[in-house]
Amino acid sequence: MASMIKFENIFKRYPETGDVLKNVSFELRQGEIAFLTGHSGAGKSTILKLIGLMERATRGDIVLDGQKLSTIKERHVPYVRRKLGFIYQDYKLSPDRTVFDNVALPLVIAGYGHHEVSRRVRAALDKVGLLGKERKFPVGLSGGEQQRVGIARAVVNKPPMIIADEPTGNLDPELSTEIMALFEQFQNVGVTILIASHDISLIERMNHRVLRLNRGELVAG
Amino acid sequence: MKQIDKYPRKPKPPKPDVKQTERVGGNVRDRLIAWRDQHAQALFSSLSRLFSTPFSTTMTVGVLAVAIALASGFYLVVVNLQQLTSGLEASNQISLFLREEISEARAAKYADGIRKNPAVKHVKVITKDQAMTEFKRFSGFGEAIDVLEKNPLPIVIEVLPKDALVDKPALTRLFEEFKQSTEVDFAQMDMAWVERLQSIVATARLSALLIAILLGFTIFFIAGNTIRLEIHNRKQEIIIAKLVGATNGFIQRPFLYTGFWLGFLSGVFGWFIVTIILLILRSSVENLSGLYKGAFHLMFFSYTETLLLLLMSSGLAIFGSWLVLQVQIRQLNPE
Repeated sequence: MASMIKFENIFKRYPETGDVLKNVSFELRQGEIAFLTGHSGAGKSTILKLIGLMERATRGDIVLDGQKLSTIKERHVPYVRRKLGFIYQDYKLSPDRTVFDNVALPLVIAGYGHHEVSRRVRAALDKVGLLGKERKFPVGLSGGEQQRVGIARAVVNKPPMIIADEPTGNLDPELSTEIMALFEQFQNVGVTILIASHDISLIERMNHRVLRLNRGELVAG
Repeated sequence: MKQIDKYPRKPKPPKPDVKQTERVGGNVRDRLIAWRDQHAQALFSSLSRLFSTPFSTTMTVGVLAVAIALASGFYLVVVNLQQLTSGLEASNQISLFLREEISEARAAKYADGIRKNPAVKHVKVITKDQAMTEFKRFSGFGEAIDVLEKNPLPIVIEVLPKDALVDKPALTRLFEEFKQSTEVDFAQMDMAWVERLQSIVATARLSALLIAILLGFTIFFIAGNTIRLEIHNRKQEIIIAKLVGATNGFIQRPFLYTGFWLGFLSGVFGWFIVTIILLILRSSVENLSGLYKGAFHLMFFSYTETLLLLLMSSGLAIFGSWLVLQVQIRQLNPE
């Protein structure tokens, strides 16, 4: 399988805190699922930010789907982000938009016609088991449901890679397992998934590849 | 976007080939329709957003409308003043008002003398009777004058200097010459008061222009600041949109439409403010004008001026919003 994301000797330095990432190298292939773990402050979220171009590496190269991220101009960043589906611990849903509109946002941004938008949103909501709740607002949903809306939004544009930051942080073990099962379904259709988590029990149960960070260095993976 | 139920559900799971991210959704026609829909959606959603906060919208539009009314009101004042001077040509005619005791015969002789002057093109004598008839006709004091026992008007000689005599010193020399004559009681250069009036109007026009520019800046700044607050209120939404790959262009679109609506609505209300004020003034102005035989008519906004007013108020508000967006949207980034 082809390479999806590749870190080559990445350093990230902040003026205030010094090196947050030191010489990090790893590669995920298409359809691969991996956990990214480590203590808080170990650099997990920095790695996610570098992939999503919220931050730029101080040194080293990141190659996403054959594209060197260091050469991406600021105005092309949105197009890179369309290749990624982000999932957050706090869901990051728009409270004043319905479930349908929340999930439709990436498609509307990409300029799909409303026929296509409608079809794809319903397919994505079907996938996460929320079909029939399109007209609800996020506040009317449980935490698990909101997380699944977030997942539907992340996959609705069929991105080749999903990045999840503590996706099960606010969920009980049963729901966490459900969410993980969903991820595995996406993996089966070739989506690469990187999950930042410190839920050790979940990680141990799932038996997937684990990238472990310790003070900015990759110690396992 | 909200037409969920219009289309029957086609249960199609995401295709297995997730490799390519499509930047293009559907064919060209679909994308054009989607583009049009997006703009229509932004146009109307920004309007309904403004209506959803009626208090702050009223305040903003109110301030903008007053600014626009002031600017365009001054403009109309100048347009109306110009009407007063437009019929007047800056002729270099000199009027000589002869002394009371000068007889008509002597006046005619004096006029002949003037005719011989090489700098003079044309001379016309207006006798006391002619002057009275004319005065009765144009002044509106006809009946009052009939009461007078004696014609108080002097004989007037109108002197039109040669066209070549346009340079001021030569004209002034001629004027001084006439002034010295024993026959002349009072000499007046017509050009002087026309010039004076024209310079008053020119000053008024310049003032109106400067005030309009100042108020234009006001519109620009107020619209910009309103959009800045709006961006602040919708920070979270903007960050989420950036997260899922929205370009700055996509994000700023609804805000630009908000700016457009602010400018447009303010233009409409500003227009009404000025028009209502003119309607209130109309009867008294027409009354005044009637006393002067209707030489003056109050002028309202023409169609072109109305269109221009709306274009300018909308344009300024859009420009102010755009400038703020350029700075602010770049600063909002997902974490």
